Amino acid sequence: MINFFKRKKHPKFWKDYIEKVESSKNYNNYEAIRFVALDTETTGFDYDKDRILCIGAIALKNNKIQVNDSFEVYVKQTTFNKETIKIHGIRKNGTEVKVSEEEALIQFLEYLDDAIIVAHHTKFDITMINQALKRLKIGPLQSKLLDTNYIHKKIAPENRFKKLFSLDELCNLYNITMHDRHTASGDALLTAILFLKLTAKFKKNNILNLTELIRTNYYLS
Amino acid sequence: MKNTIAERILDFLKGYPPFNLIPKPTLLEIAKKVEIHYFEKDQIIFSQNDSPHEHFYIIYEGAFRLYRFAEGKKHVLDICDEGDLFGLRPLIMKENYLMGAAANEETILYGIPINLFNDIILNYPKVSQFLIASFATNTRDPFSEKHKGKLFANIQAIKKVENSFSETQAVKYTPNPITCNATTTIKEAAIIMTENVINSIVITENKKPIGIITDKDIRTKVGTGHFKITDIAEKIMSHPVFTFPEKLAVAEAQIALLKHKVSHLCITKDGTNNSELVGILAEQDLNLIQGNNPLLLIKEIKKAKDAETLKYIRFRAGDLTKGYIEQEIPIYFVTKVISEINTAITKRAIQLSIKEIGKEPPTDFTWFAVGSQGRKEQLLMTDQDNALVFENVDESEYKNVKCYFLELATKVTEKLNIVGFDYCPANIMASNPKWCLSLKEWKQQFKEWIKDPIPEKILLSIIFYDFELIYGNQELYDNMAKSVLKHIKKNQSFLGFLGKVTLDNPAPLGFFKQFLVELDGENKDSFDIKSRAIRPLTDAARIFSLYHGLQINNSIARFEKLMEVEPQNADLFESCANAFKILLQFRTLQGLTNNNTGRYVDINNLSKADRLKLKSCFKPIKNIQDSLKLRFKITQII
Repeated sequence: MINFFKRKKHPKFWKDYIEKVESSKNYNNYEAIRFVALDTETTGFDYDKDRILCIGAIALKNNKIQVNDSFEVYVKQTTFNKETIKIHGIRKNGTEVKVSEEEALIQFLEYLDDAIIVAHHTKFDITMINQALKRLKIGPLQSKLLDTNYIHKKIAPENRFKKLFSLDELCNLYNITMHDRHTASGDALLTAILFLKLTAKFKKNNILNLTELIRTNYYLS
Repeated sequence: MKNTIAERILDFLKGYPPFNLIPKPTLLEIAKKVEIHYFEKDQIIFSQNDSPHEHFYIIYEGAFRLYRFAEGKKHVLDICDEGDLFGLRPLIMKENYLMGAAANEETILYGIPINLFNDIILNYPKVSQFLIASFATNTRDPFSEKHKGKLFANIQAIKKVENSFSETQAVKYTPNPITCNATTTIKEAAIIMTENVINSIVITENKKPIGIITDKDIRTKVGTGHFKITDIAEKIMSHPVFTFPEKLAVAEAQIALLKHKVSHLCITKDGTNNSELVGILAEQDLNLIQGNNPLLLIKEIKKAKDAETLKYIRFRAGDLTKGYIEQEIPIYFVTKVISEINTAITKRAIQLSIKEIGKEPPTDFTWFAVGSQGRKEQLLMTDQDNALVFENVDESEYKNVKCYFLELATKVTEKLNIVGFDYCPANIMASNPKWCLSLKEWKQQFKEWIKDPIPEKILLSIIFYDFELIYGNQELYDNMAKSVLKHIKKNQSFLGFLGKVTLDNPAPLGFFKQFLVELDGENKDSFDIKSRAIRPLTDAARIFSLYHGLQINNSIARFEKLMEVEPQNADLFESCANAFKILLQFRTLQGLTNNNTGRYVDINNLSKADRLKLKSCFKPIKNIQDSLKLRFKITQII
């Protein structure tokens, strides 16, 4: 009963999102699964103090990147960190149209739908998003998660067993030309291309379905 | 909303014609709708005669080759690289692709939707001028100085590929063949043959063919001194001759030649050897017929230089299967022909891969097929099931040797995948380190499976005990096969475990003599012909032949051999062999009609005759299962 009341208080956009994830019928058919490759730019690396500046994302379905199904949002900031501006180039009073954190999350969840999230160092981006959701008294994200780092681990030769890779390193390893590095959308696109290359290799020695891909998440543990 | 990705795509597109002729806002709309594809080297995006996609393509990174098959030969028409367009013309003309396209190296492509582009062609005359000019002049960029390519192949040069399927045609035999009598001397016969420039002569008696002498007979029987040239023809003639009626289909003739391992067939008035000889058909007469004959296909496979040629040949072999089945050619021969073609393709894929690596294998190895491919029972395209064994090497070399064979196997499986054999979902492929082992390791593995038959190992045993040499060293293969049979001989209780598994699939008739149908899932209410009817028979054939230590993999061949080994049960085995043939033919027909694997049969849509035909196969299944139970005391194993 307590749960029931708690749920009732949740805003509609959150309930809609949960409903979409829970009732999705797409997960069993690989060709029907919508993957969303995403990246966030943040003011820094502190989960408590730092904030999301931008979320960039692009969808993949049936081994194709769908440019018409992409997402980009910039968040209005009060906190700013001069150090990270050098990396992402998003200034406090830049020219991009910015929205409030809440509005950004509403748009993002609407876009996310029942998709499977693919990112690089997924834990970081997801924690940042979950912290923001927490501030709205909702979350955490219920979407299934994948990490390009772990998929790479699964198919890479044994001698690279322990090390974690940066997106740059993997792009070099898999021969991906880097453009727009350190913009959220640019990195999301690189992650999507990396995901295509990884899954093409993955299916040679593994069954390419969601269960097997998610299994890679535990590869390091 | 800002769209960084679309902007980047626009930046790329605007550098290449005809996109440079389109204003920026319109181009941005196109950029927003792009699909990004990734292709590994040699992967095919479309094949010649495929129906057109909804997108045409521009290369972002990498290169694609465009090729076309004409008169059985592959012609690479062009290599497209960064910024080149391809696959547009068929979309505009609404016709099938005139050529195939495959990645020449690792490639990232942008797919551009044609529906969007159609409007652009209408609204921007410069764009349509560019396209018309490039279609007409065969050039990639007609506005540029150098006409380097033939992207839009000349329409005149390309005739639609005619249906070259000739199997159903009647053969063209040589009428009124030269004959002699049984008492003609060999010398005389040879003189007649030489004068008429023929390589065979039929021996007749009252115009009926009783034997044949070929060049080969004279070489092997006379040339070697076994017979003298003064002996009479009767002594060296091959007999009886194989006779057929005048209206012999090409396919039938091919199979007859393969089946009887002869080079000539006699054509008689009523088709029996008791009627007048009207013609003779030699193997080479068939080779001259243009079309998809298996001998020709195999010759082409041996010469193929890449995976897409192999794919094209396999595609034609698919037509062959269809024709055979429609003509009700016995399934046993059809599977034989198709298996030979699949084997030849795999062999060629291995040779090409070795060439690609550029280094000869470090030691002897054998590539073998397992599962249904190992049993040579494949008609339709199925998954790959294969494995590799290499000669034992010193521990110090082991790592490098294994590395080489894994690389080789990966290349081979990639090629087979391109040809159309899907990767094995259970990863039973030589590219898996678990199934690419030295002889010692394989023997050890087989031994463990036999000694410790836990369920998952039994499943592996079932797959791996049907292994057939495809390529490589025969001795390695024999060595491995013998070791398996030896261990089974010592551990006969293992066969009981195998039997237990197969009896979990009881004969498919329910209590009220109804078909047992699937109760849930996608195939609810349909009959699973593979696991309920075909598999119990292949399982039984395997267990009995392992019991007798037979080194045979094909189920029909197994049953036929078992008839000899256990004459007291010949009736049982014969009924199983017949049931198996009927079921396999049935499944293949289902698959060809519904364009799927044919595994699930919709019982409600079966004709009465088909139901009876199927049901008649169930009795032998029940009988052989009872026999398994008794023989291997399976009820005692829990």
